Amino acid sequence: MQVPSEHLLILAAVLFAIGVLGFLVRRNVIVVLMCVELMLNAANLTFLAASRQHSIPGEPNLVGPVFAIFVIAIAAAEAAVGLALVIALFRLRQTTESDAMQEMEG
Amino acid sequence: MADQLWLWAIPALPLAGSLIAGLLYLLGIERRAAPAHGAHDAHGQHSAHGDSAAHAAAHAAGHAAAHAAGHAPSHDDHHDHASTPNKGSAKLAALVACGVMAGALALAIKGFFALRALPEGSERVLESTPWHWIAVTGFQVDISMVLDPLSSALCLVICGVGFLIHVYSTGYMKGDPGYAKFFAYLNLFVFAMLMLVLSSSLLGLFIGWEGVGLCSYLLIGFWYAKGWPAEAAQKAFVMNRIGDASFLVGSFMLVKLFGTLDLSDIVNSIGAMVRSGEHTTELMVAALLLFGGCCGKSAQFPLFTWLPDAMAGPTPVSALIHAATMVTAGIYLVVRLNPLFAASEIVLFVIGVVGALTALIGASTALVQRDIKKVLAYSTVSQLGYMFLALGSGAFAAAIFHLITHAFFKGLLFLGAGSVIHGMHHEQDMHKMGGLRKQMPRTFLTFLCGAGALSGLPLLSGFFSKDEILAHTFASGGAYRVLWAVGLLTAAITAFYTWRMVALTFFGEGRYDKKHVHPQESPAAMTVPLMVLAVLSVVGGALGLPVVFGVAHALNTWLEPVIAPGRDLILARHGGEAHHLSHAVEWALLGLGSAIALFFAHRGFHAYKAGIERDEGLARKRPGMFGFLGEAWGIDNAYTQRIVQPIKLIAFVTYVVIDQFVIDGAVNGTAALARTTGGGLRVLTDGRVRTYGIWIGGGAALVVFFWIWS
Repeated sequence: MQVPSEHLLILAAVLFAIGVLGFLVRRNVIVVLMCVELMLNAANLTFLAASRQHSIPGEPNLVGPVFAIFVIAIAAAEAAVGLALVIALFRLRQTTESDAMQEMEG
Repeated sequence: MADQLWLWAIPALPLAGSLIAGLLYLLGIERRAAPAHGAHDAHGQHSAHGDSAAHAAAHAAGHAAAHAAGHAPSHDDHHDHASTPNKGSAKLAALVACGVMAGALALAIKGFFALRALPEGSERVLESTPWHWIAVTGFQVDISMVLDPLSSALCLVICGVGFLIHVYSTGYMKGDPGYAKFFAYLNLFVFAMLMLVLSSSLLGLFIGWEGVGLCSYLLIGFWYAKGWPAEAAQKAFVMNRIGDASFLVGSFMLVKLFGTLDLSDIVNSIGAMVRSGEHTTELMVAALLLFGGCCGKSAQFPLFTWLPDAMAGPTPVSALIHAATMVTAGIYLVVRLNPLFAASEIVLFVIGVVGALTALIGASTALVQRDIKKVLAYSTVSQLGYMFLALGSGAFAAAIFHLITHAFFKGLLFLGAGSVIHGMHHEQDMHKMGGLRKQMPRTFLTFLCGAGALSGLPLLSGFFSKDEILAHTFASGGAYRVLWAVGLLTAAITAFYTWRMVALTFFGEGRYDKKHVHPQESPAAMTVPLMVLAVLSVVGGALGLPVVFGVAHALNTWLEPVIAPGRDLILARHGGEAHHLSHAVEWALLGLGSAIALFFAHRGFHAYKAGIERDEGLARKRPGMFGFLGEAWGIDNAYTQRIVQPIKLIAFVTYVVIDQFVIDGAVNGTAALARTTGGGLRVLTDGRVRTYGIWIGGGAALVVFFWIWS
């Protein structure tokens, strides 16, 4: 039995919503980064679901998995840069709170 | 004809002299900037020397007080006779200035003889056109000089009288800190004036026209540290600008009408245009506009008020610029373009009326002046009026005749007055002179010659030129008879005030402070030019003896090729018949002129021979009349009240309403709007990443929402 695509999409939407909410409400930069990962993975799930939806039996559609692999690679790079920034920020401010950086306030 | 390149040397010499003298002056300043001098510098150039600045300021303040009190004898003094440093460079500058003037005079004489050697008629022209200046399709202006009988005559006057005044100035300006600068300006003036009369195009003429205006400004304000000369200079400049604007518009119209600015081309094409009957209105308007320029430069009603104030300059300047040469530029222009003015009866009549009115205003104002230079200034205004009266009646040669004799005798009178002022330690108020004939015999005798010529005593130069003008005006008939009567009345007044001036200055008891003032004769550098000019003033009339004397009118013959086009136009209008007076009438007019001059000269002399009681009595009995005349018919006051103050009011209103409210409001409003908007929007950028995230996320959600919705 195959999981229906709707379920996958609903799960992706839920993950994405959790990611957005976390991105918006959490102050800890590490958690914010984690939420970004959550959103990216929600997107990955959507790609894969859509890819399966459009596959013909015996001739799989590989566009979705390829995109997903790209996203995973970029997410890894992003996480590396992001965590490096967090470390730099922590050295500067002894905190990982994002609200500690308000110098660009208008 | 071969290109006469040497013509350029006539104006180039004074220009070179001006540059050299100016450089010497600048060198002198540098050397003078060295310490241990300066207390004698009334010009305030070394403001570090406190006492000199205070000196100048005190003087200016004293004068302002005198002005407020009413009668203001403006002291024409360069009160620092102490020796100036670096005399050597100043002396060299004076020597160079006089030298180049002598050179220019020699060349002008050479030009005169070269011209006379040519056959009579319109071919009597020397010219030099080294290059084209402006050359576009259908319009060309050359850099070009033309020596014809008219410009030759004026060149001789400018260089001749100019040379004498330069020599005179070496004595008069002795000890002035700006000695070299004075000669630099004076030479520059002569250069500009020569450009004015020698240029072949209206544009070149305009350059000279503006150049003399500039030099006039510089020289009137020569003692600018005293305050009021600077104001007088500004006034002269602004009044001249009014006329110059009119002149420029007139020139533009001529370009439009004739497609050229070349003076001889314009003169040659006017005849055909008038006969074709086209463009008569445009011609008339152009002529009137150019005449407006002449009114400014030649101090005619209603723009004459700057000339009396111009007396704030050194006296040689008054003699050269404000009597002999610059102020006659307007007469030169009219004669130069005589067919343009002769093309319309109305224009001629306007010129005549303005001339007669100015003559009367000037002469009547001169009657009550106490300042000897002011008498001469108003007299100059009046005599210029005579010249325009002559132009108005179509007597172009007579105007030039009077211009020449006036340059002699008025130059002489101004220089004589300068000699008196010099000898009196800078006193200009005639009420504080008197009896000077004993102390200053040479000045006195030469002054008598000038006064005789100005008042038109028989057989002196002014007599012939003035009577020629009056005879022409009389002969023109019709309404010109009224102008003739005005001219005759002016002649009477002229004789009166001239001899009043002579009596007050040289006769009677000395009214000066005998303990402190010891009048003395001026040095030879000043008296020799006086004598030369005195001789010229006496015999100058030989240039144009009346026809009834049975000899040819030399100046008429000489100027014939220049004035023929305009005269022919006037003759054509009258059916080819010249206004001829019978010999009997001419003799009668000559007799009448002589009688009036002699009678009123006698009256003026006798009324003031003893002293100033008559003036005091008049001021007591008829204060209104006295004040009215003293202020030149109140014209200056009228300008202040009717023009200057309303303009100031308008300027103030526009400043407050338009500048401060509208313009500043718009500019500041724009800035305030931007600031308010920015201030409101800055709330959005609170610097928190999460807030920005909300905006991004919300925006994306909105986009997606509308995307799905549609």
